[in-house]
Amino acid sequence: MPKIADSIYNIRLLDDLARKNTAIHRLHPVSKLLATIVYVIAVVSFHRYEIVGLLPFVFYPLVLILLAELPVMPILKRLLWVEPLIIGIGILNPLFDPKGWITFASIMIKSGLTVTACLVLVSTTGLDKIAQALRTLKVPSLFVLQLLLTFRYLAVLIEELARMARAYTLRAPRQRGVRLKDGGPFVGQLLLRAFDRAQRVYEAMKLRGFHGEYHAYGKSKMTRKDILFLLAWSLFFMTARILNIPALFGLLFEGGSRG
Amino acid sequence: MSRCEIEASHLFYSYPDGHEAIKDISFTISRGESVGIIGANGSGKTTLLFLMMGILFPDRGEVKVGDVPVTKKTLATIRRRLGMVFQDPDDQLFMTTVFDDVAFGPRNFHLDENEVKTRVEEALEMVGIPHLKDRALYKISGGEKRAAAIASVLSMKPDVLLMDEPTSGLDPKARRQLMNVLKGFRHTKVITSHDLDMVLETCDRVIVLKDVENGVKIPNITG
Repeated sequence: MPKIADSIYNIRLLDDLARKNTAIHRLHPVSKLLATIVYVIAVVSFHRYEIVGLLPFVFYPLVLILLAELPVMPILKRLLWVEPLIIGIGILNPLFDPKGWITFASIMIKSGLTVTACLVLVSTTGLDKIAQALRTLKVPSLFVLQLLLTFRYLAVLIEELARMARAYTLRAPRQRGVRLKDGGPFVGQLLLRAFDRAQRVYEAMKLRGFHGEYHAYGKSKMTRKDILFLLAWSLFFMTARILNIPALFGLLFEGGSRG
Repeated sequence: MSRCEIEASHLFYSYPDGHEAIKDISFTISRGESVGIIGANGSGKTTLLFLMMGILFPDRGEVKVGDVPVTKKTLATIRRRLGMVFQDPDDQLFMTTVFDDVAFGPRNFHLDENEVKTRVEEALEMVGIPHLKDRALYKISGGEKRAAAIASVLSMKPDVLLMDEPTSGLDPKARRQLMNVLKGFRHTKVITSHDLDMVLETCDRVIVLKDVENGVKIPNITG
């Protein structure tokens, strides 16, 4: 089952990218997190028939990817994994709405933009620092801890699955995948193992004084650069949301050719 | 305080499914002593450690740490004095980086961040992995994980270290390094293991868990 084992390395890639050291990586996590939130809200708040107005929003992920020297392909690939879900949500629109193809396109663009922005956030900040930012913003520690533990144990779960799958295939050589008949016990087994593991992890946490409150990380202060980053981008997003920049450009050129 | 660090008297424990894991066990461990607990698979070694830490409570009998009995009310005190290293380091290393994980315990004690940092660095130094401080936990080797797990307990400055099969799954070199680290500790140590050579080398005395109807035999082997 090389595929399952491979995926362990894949889910870690974004976190590995986050350990680079570029100007974008060095920015304060709160600043990047808030900028991403403003971005997502601005993009999502566009009217469903609007497409042209969304164009300027391509800049943000693009500029960040360039400045942070992120590889483009792995990010696009991850974007593709989400797309089937989005298509599932939007595909019925053309049937019920005469302008359905436009709303469908708008959903695709919006999802593409927002998901890319989030991927960029993770791969320039890292999950531990995003958690730190979330705590700074007073998100309840329970949620943050949930997020971190899920991320930490995803790899352990996949390893467990890979081990079981390997043991299975070695004793079922002429068969592709796990037979449906064995699927129940297989998944059940995995679930039971996960329960056991969760119990042990929880005990280990309690032994070290865990009482439900999670005391994370040293705190760092935001510098002028971080605030500038946040303000400048937020301003850009709001402007692009309120004014239709591509249309304005169009007017400018139209006006120019007329005059 | 007495010189006796841990005292167990007539412990009984059965799991909810009825399996009787511990049957009438008594022993004492003095301060500064290293004690190995050996026994066949399923003989109750881990259960015994859990009873000492107060993860499980005995059906009958009592464990005392110093003069304090292990009960739900005294757990906080007990766990400040006893540190336990789990058999599978993945159970214990739940944070993203080595530093954060070793800092987890001290931070729960509300120490200030400078103190936390000093403690983490000291603990990593003691197990010989100060260079791994900022590494992600999924990226370090089995031996390094084991060392990190021990550091994560050391940073809480316990008086007693309980270890569940610390050398299992380690290669000879990592095992040797770990044994040297263990020999360097001045803590009271309780180590369960199947690695008899390691126990012989690091422990003063051994408790053998054997399925005997009326209590266990505890020969005193001075190493």
